[in-house]
Amino acid sequence: MRRALGSRIALYVVLGLGALAFLFPFCYMVIGSLQTDLDTSVRGAFPDPGNVSLDNYVAIDSRIDLVQGLINSGIFTGGVLLGTIVFGVLAGYALAVLHWRGRNAVFALALLVQVIPFQLLMIPLYVMIARDYGLSDSYLGMILPFFINSTAVVIFRQYFLQLPPDLFSAARIDGAGEFRLLWSVALPLVRPALLTAVLLTFIGPWNEFLWPFLITKQASLQPLAVSLANFMSNVAASTSNPFGAMMAGAVVLAVPAVTLFIVFQRYFTTNDLGSGVKG
Amino acid sequence: MTADAALAADRTGDDSVRPATGGAPPHRGRRRLSGAQQPLGMLFSAPYVVFIVLVFAWPILFAVWMSFQDYFFAAPGADVERPFVGLDNYAAVIRDPDVWQAFRNVGVFLLINVPLTVVLSIVLATALDRVVHARTFFRVSYYVPYVTASVAVVAVWLFLFSSGGLVNNVLGPLAPDPSWLVNSALAMPTIALFVTWKGLGFYILLYLAALQNVPKELYESVAMDGGGRLRQFFSVTVPSVRPATLLVVLLATITGANLFTEPYLLTGGGGPNGASTSPVLLIYQRGIEQGNPDVAAAIGVILIVFVLIIAALQRRFVGGEDS
Repeated sequence: MRRALGSRIALYVVLGLGALAFLFPFCYMVIGSLQTDLDTSVRGAFPDPGNVSLDNYVAIDSRIDLVQGLINSGIFTGGVLLGTIVFGVLAGYALAVLHWRGRNAVFALALLVQVIPFQLLMIPLYVMIARDYGLSDSYLGMILPFFINSTAVVIFRQYFLQLPPDLFSAARIDGAGEFRLLWSVALPLVRPALLTAVLLTFIGPWNEFLWPFLITKQASLQPLAVSLANFMSNVAASTSNPFGAMMAGAVVLAVPAVTLFIVFQRYFTTNDLGSGVKG
Repeated sequence: MTADAALAADRTGDDSVRPATGGAPPHRGRRRLSGAQQPLGMLFSAPYVVFIVLVFAWPILFAVWMSFQDYFFAAPGADVERPFVGLDNYAAVIRDPDVWQAFRNVGVFLLINVPLTVVLSIVLATALDRVVHARTFFRVSYYVPYVTASVAVVAVWLFLFSSGGLVNNVLGPLAPDPSWLVNSALAMPTIALFVTWKGLGFYILLYLAALQNVPKELYESVAMDGGGRLRQFFSVTVPSVRPATLLVVLLATITGANLFTEPYLLTGGGGPNGASTSPVLLIYQRGIEQGNPDVAAAIGVILIVFVLIIAALQRRFVGGEDS
């Protein structure tokens, strides 16, 4: 009995220390972003009502347009999500439910693509998209390399595979076409998969830095991650409270993603990813 | 592995259909319903295939071709000659000490990041799998760094690890001099620590999914033989989640090969004397800042080969043939 209690306490101590290590920097970020004068002593890690203001948010907004940055991040992310949902669902359905020549080759490709470090393609993609097609400083150029997410294709396939085949046979006997089957039989049944895939896909473009950094030079088109990074590496030093302004920008960038994930945390699992990429 | 399984399933599926339909006209309708070719599948996945060819296959071929040419940026549509130069770009890369340093740096990164990621995520996932209370709270706190943009959390780490920052204030006289991110011995380990911390949530989720598939009887039989928690962990949990471990190791390696944002922002573009320059950072500097895309492409090709070799080695040591 005592041994069991001891091991339970040890369990919660380990998890509690872990959670502290994960959450502390975020609390510190929020507290720091509100401090008029930055306090780097241990006391500064706790909120102090006498030293709170929104000055840092005003300061960062005067250097980079936070609202425009959020809109740009939203358009970039929205474009990627749209392509992934529409064409990813179609491909996942074809890979799971339909029989056709080349099906296995396409699935093998979807697995292979995930192990190629995307950033190795940076130079050829930059030459093609920015130089040859002249798509730099455009949303299209930003979205194009991420338009259909292969991980999402694998997840969709995995979920469609779990639906009983008889369901499809029955609907086909009733004369339903494949589009109809996909739209009114298969999709409603895999709604949780859609959410999981949307969440996993969302992180990519919302947090992506390198690619939009390469192809956007116009500040008015840059996603927030890019304009904040440019502020950090070039302009921050000339601000009166550079770390405070940086953290205020960081809070604005982090809040949409973190909120989304807390609200939908139930759907955020990797079950199907694990079984899909075992390769 | 899954692809093979799908192949096998497909083959048996076709076989079971063929004898039943064997050329008998009345069954043709049935045959169409259950197993025959549905060319619509090709149409449905055509956009995805086009995308893969356009964004992955073609750029890879283009990069390999570029690495053998004297390639430089020119105005769009301008007709310039870009002669074949054989291995010249590769020779330039191999003579470049910065390249060696960048690959050594990524080696240091992987040596710290991969074992730390595997150990911490497997321990935390096992603990998380056993708790009843506050499960959601722990889960959410672990993946918050994973879902947050690197750029955002870099801001806090810069503040925490700056020379007068909180970490050094807590350490007092133990604080390193020069401080973490400007110290040529500590810059890369600090980056590796950052990336481990940031990505851990995702790997914990992967292990949590894998733990669902471990049969409970295995734990019970070890407990019957008098094995405690530790014994159960090492003789049941660790071997049972080996496929997940292989995946975690592979994904962590790919992350290492992709490293750019963290050294670029945390250590101001490569750190003291290039102590934290990564290969991708070098590709960016050589290719885009200095206008030598051919040399950058050669570094990229070498990096792909480097990743493939490391992945093959890991598969041998971690994976075994059964995974």
